[in-house]
Amino acid sequence: MKISMKNRCFQLALPLLVLPLLIIVGCVKKEGGVASAVANAAASNEIWLGEYGSMTGSESTFGVSTHKGILMALDEVNKTGGINGKKLQLKSYDDQGQAAEAVTIITKLITRDKVMLLLGEVASSRSIAAGAIAQQYKIPMVSPSSTNPKVTQVGDYIFRVCFIDPFQGSVMARFAINNLKLKKAAVLRDIKADYSVGLANYFVDEYKKMGGEIVADVSYSSGDVDFKSQLTLIKGKNPDVLFIPGYYTEVGLVARQTRELGVKAVLMGGDGWDSEKLTEIGSDAIIGGYFSNHYSHEDKSPVVQNFVAQFKAKYGEVPSGLAAQGYDAAMVAVDAIKRSTELSPKAIRDSLSQTKNFQGVTGMITINEERNAVKPAVVLKVVGPQKFSYVTTINP
Amino acid sequence: MKIIQKSILLIIALAIFGLNYFLEDNVDGYVLRVIINCGIGMILAMSLNLINGCAGQFSLGHAGFMGVGAYASALITTVLTLSPFFKTDLGVGCAILTGGLAAAVAGYLVGLPSLRLRGDYLAIVTLGFGEIIRICFLNFEQVGGARGLPGIPRVANFFWVYLWVVVTFVALLRLLRSSYGRAILSVRENEIAAESMGINIAHYKIVAFVISSFFAGIAGGLFAHFQSFIDPNSFVFNKSVEVVIMVVIGGMGSLSGAMLGGIIVTLLPELLRAFDNYRMVIFPLILIILMLVRPRGIFGHKEIWELFRKKASS
Repeated sequence: MKISMKNRCFQLALPLLVLPLLIIVGCVKKEGGVASAVANAAASNEIWLGEYGSMTGSESTFGVSTHKGILMALDEVNKTGGINGKKLQLKSYDDQGQAAEAVTIITKLITRDKVMLLLGEVASSRSIAAGAIAQQYKIPMVSPSSTNPKVTQVGDYIFRVCFIDPFQGSVMARFAINNLKLKKAAVLRDIKADYSVGLANYFVDEYKKMGGEIVADVSYSSGDVDFKSQLTLIKGKNPDVLFIPGYYTEVGLVARQTRELGVKAVLMGGDGWDSEKLTEIGSDAIIGGYFSNHYSHEDKSPVVQNFVAQFKAKYGEVPSGLAAQGYDAAMVAVDAIKRSTELSPKAIRDSLSQTKNFQGVTGMITINEERNAVKPAVVLKVVGPQKFSYVTTINP
Repeated sequence: MKIIQKSILLIIALAIFGLNYFLEDNVDGYVLRVIINCGIGMILAMSLNLINGCAGQFSLGHAGFMGVGAYASALITTVLTLSPFFKTDLGVGCAILTGGLAAAVAGYLVGLPSLRLRGDYLAIVTLGFGEIIRICFLNFEQVGGARGLPGIPRVANFFWVYLWVVVTFVALLRLLRSSYGRAILSVRENEIAAESMGINIAHYKIVAFVISSFFAGIAGGLFAHFQSFIDPNSFVFNKSVEVVIMVVIGGMGSLSGAMLGGIIVTLLPELLRAFDNYRMVIFPLILIILMLVRPRGIFGHKEIWELFRKKASS
């Protein structure tokens, strides 16, 4: 085939022909940046908040629950007149559970929709990815339930309203010593998950500090199915408590094997236990175990009961922990906007960082200097197949 | 002739460079991000087009190659703090190139079974490869595991991505016009006939795999240094399917078709954001209609300029 030179020029120029097309679609930037967003907000009667979450995809239940909680909170505020007469508006986008999508839409929320504040995400990995963009544009972000410590380390505009993973370790240590009066503990940690390692480290520290004794500290890797050698070692030390801060699959298997070997210790863990699969895998062996969690709809305090009743009336279902966290994230944000001296992302960030003793559904929330929430955890007891009952609330 | 070609390329590079500054000043961050995502999509689609469209093999593991490139380059710039050089533009460029080479090695390994398998069977092997790669990243704590790898220097901008789009386009176009490319095409048309003409089928299949995965690795490296965050979830099976859709939409075997496919599949879901959660219903619907109207893809086997030429002559 003979290719003329003219033709070849055309071929090479093709990418250049494609580019203007793209630009036409994109069109030219609307005037102004963040500064004009502030001016707009001051003038208009609305305050725009942005939400990003996994409304579709494999984790869609998380995103949808959180979204319901946020919507309910904003409705409530708008019914009582909004903030200084300004109504709150929510712009929410779906990230399909993909970090790349989350990054794209958070850019859209900031540069296109000019939101004042961002709410999201549930998964820590996506909060970290999108948080970097929020930090770059200096727009405050509040994560409802990303518990990994790294999330708020992204920058000083990133906050969360949940406690971080390691905190649960100290909660369970205190619960074992103060409530159950058990002073000899063994720890079985999952060395492959930094979630589990964090929990185990804080448990050990707090337990020793409170006068308890750690008689054994052994580990497994997620995916293991046989724990007999570790458990035999633990049995020899005869502990009162066995702390297993892992995920429900391994925890269920461990529970079965503890009972087979005749270990009598009380089993304990963190929110990794929170799944209906736990009792399916662990069957009777796991019953009687305790684990920490963010919230329980069985909590008798009026705030929680009021929230549960209203949520049921609106959506016809019992709110999950994620819905409660979403509600609290939105409420903490609203509280911060109310207290902020002016309607600008910077001022809202400052007032967010001063959040103190805010009464949320999931407990009293105080934001510390690392922009994490200091708040209580609840302890649940496994009482039967897929049944967890509320035991107590432990304050930080 | 050579000089003219070189100067054209130089002019294009300069134009992209200039456009980069124009866009950064005049277009908001979201639009720029979508434009760059389109560029990455184009590189992915063009590279997969070599295996699926030109060599006639069916690969479903493109996200795996992309992942290898992304993680290999991010490993150099982020995890192994070798020297501050790897935080600069040029250093990241080298890292992305290394990522491409790492993906090419992976492509060679996956290309080997393609000598024995074809069609659906090869698709399953490549699919398996993609999953293995992802599970590996998921379990390597050094690269962040499931949590992902944050803090990758954000260096890949419009200029770098579109420079690579042009490089990929020119390289693949010239490859297809060479005797190598003709040999690859002959493998697609009829393996037995090709072999009887003295073409080493095994060799050319592997060549296609290696070159294709090299550019996929480059796309991965650009992706990593543009997002500044990667996690194994970014390279799931769905991503591979997305790239296959780009190629099929544009027309199997058509480079310009692959580019158009890359743009459509990246841009359309963004334009449909207004439809909220129905977006993911409308998007596939448009794809179905597109395939019904043009069953062989928008451009079919042809390139865009061939379509125009034909119309002009007839």
